[in-house]
Amino acid sequence: MLEALTWKKIGPLANIPVRGSRRLCFGSGGKPIAVFRTGEDKIFALVDECPHKQGPLSEGIVSGNSVTCPLHNWVIGLDTGLAAEPDEGRTETIPVKLVNGEVYVGLLVERPVLERPTIERKCG
Amino acid sequence: MNMMTDPRESLVVIGNGMAGMRTVEEMLKLPGGKRYRITVFGAEPHVNYNRIMLSSVLAGDKSVEEIVINSREWYAENGITLITGDAVKTIDREARTVTSAAGVTVPYDKILLATGSRPLAPPIPGLGLPGTCAFRDIADVDKMLAAAKTHKRAVVIGGGLLGLEAAWGLKQRGMSVALVHLMPTLMERQLDAAAGQLLQRDLDRRGIAFFTDGQTEEITGTERVEGVQLADGRFIPADLVVLAIGIRPNIDLAKAADLDVNRGIVVTDDMRTTDADIFAVGECVEHRGSVFGLVAPIWDQAKVCAARLTGDESALFTSRALSTSLKITGVDVFSAGALMAEGESDDEITLRDDNRGLYKKIVVRDGKLVGAVMYGDVADGQWYLGLIRDKSDISEIRDKLVFGRAFAESLPAGKTGPDIASMPDDAQVCGCNGVSKGSIVCAIREKSLCSLSQVRSHTKASASCGQCTGLVEAILADTLGGAVEKKAPSICDCATAGHDEVRQAILAQGLKTMGAVRAAFNWKKAEGCHKCRPALNYYLLCAWPGEYVDDSRSRFINERVHANIQKDGTYSVVPRMWGGVTTPSELHAIASVAEKFNIPTVKVTGGQRIDLLGVKKEDLPAVWGDLNKAGLVSGHAYAKGLRTVKTCVGSEWCRFGTQDSTGLGIKLEKFCWGSWTPHKVKFAVSGCPRNCAEATIKDMGVVCVEAGYDILVGGNGGIDVRVTDPLVRVASEDEVMEYAGAFMQIYREEAHYLERTAPWIARVGIDYVKKRLVEDNEGRRALNARFVYSQKFAQDDPWAERAGGIDAHEFAKLPELADA
Ligand code: SRM
Ligand SMILES: Cc1cc2nc3c(=O)[nH]c(=O)nc-3n(C[C@H](O)[C@H](O)[C@H](O)COP(=O)(O)OP(=O)(O)OC[C@H]3O[C@@H](n4cnc5c(N)ncnc54)[C@H](O)[C@@H]3O)c2cc1C
Ligand code: SF4
Ligand code: FES
Repeated sequence: MLEALTWKKIGPLANIPVRGSRRLCFGSGGKPIAVFRTGEDKIFALVDECPHKQGPLSEGIVSGNSVTCPLHNWVIGLDTGLAAEPDEGRTETIPVKLVNGEVYVGLLVERPVLERPTIERKCG
Repeated sequence: MNMMTDPRESLVVIGNGMAGMRTVEEMLKLPGGKRYRITVFGAEPHVNYNRIMLSSVLAGDKSVEEIVINSREWYAENGITLITGDAVKTIDREARTVTSAAGVTVPYDKILLATGSRPLAPPIPGLGLPGTCAFRDIADVDKMLAAAKTHKRAVVIGGGLLGLEAAWGLKQRGMSVALVHLMPTLMERQLDAAAGQLLQRDLDRRGIAFFTDGQTEEITGTERVEGVQLADGRFIPADLVVLAIGIRPNIDLAKAADLDVNRGIVVTDDMRTTDADIFAVGECVEHRGSVFGLVAPIWDQAKVCAARLTGDESALFTSRALSTSLKITGVDVFSAGALMAEGESDDEITLRDDNRGLYKKIVVRDGKLVGAVMYGDVADGQWYLGLIRDKSDISEIRDKLVFGRAFAESLPAGKTGPDIASMPDDAQVCGCNGVSKGSIVCAIREKSLCSLSQVRSHTKASASCGQCTGLVEAILADTLGGAVEKKAPSICDCATAGHDEVRQAILAQGLKTMGAVRAAFNWKKAEGCHKCRPALNYYLLCAWPGEYVDDSRSRFINERVHANIQKDGTYSVVPRMWGGVTTPSELHAIASVAEKFNIPTVKVTGGQRIDLLGVKKEDLPAVWGDLNKAGLVSGHAYAKGLRTVKTCVGSEWCRFGTQDSTGLGIKLEKFCWGSWTPHKVKFAVSGCPRNCAEATIKDMGVVCVEAGYDILVGGNGGIDVRVTDPLVRVASEDEVMEYAGAFMQIYREEAHYLERTAPWIARVGIDYVKKRLVEDNEGRRALNARFVYSQKFAQDDPWAERAGGIDAHEFAKLPELADA
C-alpha cells in the first residue's frame, strides 16, 4: 500500500495556522484537501468535504482532534474522518507527515480523483 | 466452601437490580449490616446499573459504563457473592435453599425478593419477530442501537413515560420515529388532556409522528418486522418496533413458592411477604393494594427493609404522594397527585399561555392541595409536591397558588424554588440515587463543598437523571448561606458552569484568557469545543476591551473571514449603506466590482443594502480593496454585532414625517457599528407611527413623534416574531444616542452568547431594563460611557485591514500542486 503513495511537499508547518487549516487544491482538478494543524501541532489531512453536505471542513473550528463543519456544525474526527454521534458519515483521510518542519501529503499515484478533469467545488 | 463453618446468617438476594442492591447498600450502612453472608443472583449478565438512565444511554447522553451503580470490585470489597447471568428458578422453603437455572444451590436464612417487573406483552401477532423489542434492560437498548445503525424507521408502541423516552432516544439516533398510543392523549395516567396535548405538539414539532387512538392489530413481516397494522386500517412501515405499553410485577418465583401474590407479591408495612423470612422490595411488590413503577417509593422500601433485616422491628413503610417527570431534554413536564377534580368539593385552577407553551393546573380539595400538573415551567414542582405531601392548609394563598411560589408567597423575584429551611432532613431530594436533604447538607458541611459538581461527586445527588439539580443547588446555596437561584443551563457539554457564573468569575477573578476560564471551572475538554470557544472569546472581549486579544480561531468562519459563507463554499459581501442611503459613486463601485470579479448574484437585501453573492474566497481581499476605494466598508452582515439600521425617508421628504429619521438612523449606525455583541443587533428608525422602517420588530427601534422619539427594545422579526417593548420617550436625538449606547452595553454585558435581545428581555423582563436604563440616570450614563470606550477598539474596518494584508493566510490557498 505505502509504496503506492507518493509524498508531496506542501511547504512549512508555519504556513498552517495553529488550531486551523489550509486548503490544498490540484491543478488538474480533483477534490481539494484540507490540511489541519491542532493546538498540539499535530497535523492531519482530510478530503475537504463534509460527509453531510460537502461543507468545506478547512473553514471549521478546530478543537482537540476534531473540526466542526462551518455549514451545519457536524463534528468530524481529524484522525478517523468519522462524524461524531449522532451524525453518521465519513470523510476520506489523507496520509500526512512532518519532515523537519516541512509538511508532506501522501497521494496515491492512481488516486482516481486526481485524473478527473472537473472539480466538485470551484477552487481557484 | 466454608459456608457451613461461617457463623453468619445467609441472605440470598434475588434480583441484582435497583431495589435489591439499594436495600443491600442501606443495610451495609447500618450497625447490624455485617451480620449476613450475602449472595446476589442476577438474571442479567451485568453488575447493577441505574435502569432509569437507560433512556440517556439510548439518547447518547450517557455510556453504559457511566450508569453502573456498583462495580464488581464493590461487591468483592463488601464480601458479597455475585452470580450474574443466572436466574433463580426455585425456592425450597422446606429445605430452605434457592436453586438457579445453572443449578447453583444456596442455603438461606433470609431471602430478599427484588425481581422487578416484566414488560407487558399482549398477544399481538408478530411480536416475536426480529426487530421487535421492549425497553427494560441493557439488552433491549443494545438491540435498539444496533437497529438505529443499520435501519431508518422505528415505531414505538405506547405513549407513556417509557414509550416517549424510547421514541426521543431513537430520534436522537437519527431514526424516523412514529409513536402509536391507544389513548387519545399522551401519558394519560400522569397528565391531564391539556398537558398531554401540549406535550404531543412539542414532540410533534421535534419530528415524532403520533398515531393516537391507535389499536395495534398486528406487527407484520416475514424475516424481520416490516410494519405495524392498526385496527382502524392505518399501516406504519417499520424496521424496528419497540413495545412500551406497561409493566407487570415479576411474581412467578414467589407464586411457585406459595407466597401470597395478587398483582404483585403481597407485602406488609415491614416489607415481609407471607413468609416472615422472605422480604420483597421494588416493582415486584404489592403494598396495601398498590404496585410501584418509580424509584422514589422503592428507596423508602429499601430503607425499611434494610432496617428490618438488621433487627430494627419498628421501621414501617408508607407510600407518599409521588411526582413524575419526563427525561426528554427541553421538555418540562411535572405531575403529582390528582390530575383533575374528582368530586363536588374539588376545584381545578388552571393557567395557560399557549404562545409560551405554558400550562399549569392545580387541584384543591377543602383547603388543601391534592394535585398539580405542569407543562413548560416546572420550577415549582417540588414546592407543590411538598404542599401535597404535608397536606398543608393553603386556603390563605389559594387564589395565588397557581401563579407559583414566588407570587403566592410574594417572595422577591428570583427567589423561587422550594423552601429549603423548612424541608425535613429526611426529605428525599434525588430520586435516582436516593439522597436525602440531610446527607447533602452534612456532606457540604463536613467536606466543605462549594460547587454543584462537588456535591454530585460526593453524594451522587443529581448525578443521574438530573431532574433534581435545581433543588440540590438550592440546598447548596442555602447551606452556604447564599441566595437561592434557579440553575441556568451550562455553556456546553465541556462545562457545568452556566453563562452568568462564568461572566461573573471573569470579572471577579480577573480571568483574562480562555485557558484561565477553562481552568477555573475545570472544563472537561482542554481546548473547549465549537460551542464554548466563541462564547468565551466574546465574554473576554466584552470584559477587557483593548486588553483581551481576539482569538480568530475561536470564531465561526463568517466572523473569521468577515463574509458570509454560502452553501457552495463561496462568500457573500455586504457593504454598509449607512441608514440605507447610497450614492451614484457607491453604486458605480459596486457595479464595477461585480463585473471585474464576475460575481454571479447582486441582490438587495432585506436590510436596505446590497449583497454580492458568490465571491471566491481568494478574491475577497481584492474585492474589499476596490470597495474601500469608493468609501464602502464592511456591513458586518456576518457578525454577532450591529447589522443594519433601517430607516424611512422621514421629515426630509415624507409628508407625514415628524423628525429626520434617516439622519438619526445614520448617526446611530455610525455610533454602533463594529461593536461585538452576544448575537446580531438590528436597529430601525421610523419617521412617524406609520412605522415604515418596521422599528417595532427590531432589537432597538425608534419611532419619531411630534413630541420627540419613542425608544422601543427587544423586537425580533426572525424565528419567533416578537414586538418591541416601549422603553421610554425622549425629546432629543442626543438622548436617543445615550440610550442606544447604554442599551447596547447592558445587552453586551448581561445577555448570554447567542441570545438576541428579544429572548434576553423576555428572560429578565422589561421592567428590569427600565430600572437600569430609565430610572437610574447615573447607571445609564456609566453604561453608555463603557460602550463609548469599548468602541475605541472596535471601529476599524476589518475589510481595510485585510485588503491591507492582515490574515493573508486565511484567503490565499496553499501553493497549488501540479498533477501528482
Ligand atoms: C442577506 C439577507 C437576506 C436577503 O437577501 O435579504 C439575510 C441572509 C441571511 N440571514 Fe437573515 N438575512 C437578511 C435579513 C434578515 C432579516 C430582515 C431584517 O434584518 O430586517 C431578518 C428578520 C429580522 C430579525 O433578524 O429579527 C433575518 C433573520 C435571520 C435569522 C433569524 C434571527 C432570529 O433571531 O430568529 C437568521 C438566523 C440567525 O441569525 O441565527 C438569519 C441568518 C441569515 C444568514 C446569515 C444565514 C447564514 O448564517 O448564512 C443569511 C446569510 C446570507 C448571506 O450570506 O448574505 N437571518 N434576516 C438579509 C441581510 C440583511 C443585511 O443587509 O444584513
Ligand atoms: C427506560 C426506563 C426509564 C425509567 N425512568 C424512570 C424515571 O425517570 N424515574 C423513576 O423513578 N423510575 C424510572 N424507571 C423505573 C425504575 O427503573 C424502576 O422502578 C426500578 O428499576 C425498579 O427496581 P427493581 O429492582 O424493582 O426492578 P429492576 O431494576 O428491574 O431489577 C430487577 C432485576 O431482577 C432480575 N431478576 C428478575 N427475576 C430474577 C430471578 N428469578 N433471578 C435473578 N434475577 C432476577 C432482573 O433481571 C432485574 O435485573 C425507568 C425504567 C426504565 C426501564
Ligand atoms: S431566510 Fe435568510 S436564512 Fe433563510 S434562506 Fe433566506 S436568507 Fe437564508
Ligand atoms: S455540510 Fe457539514 S455539517 Fe452540513
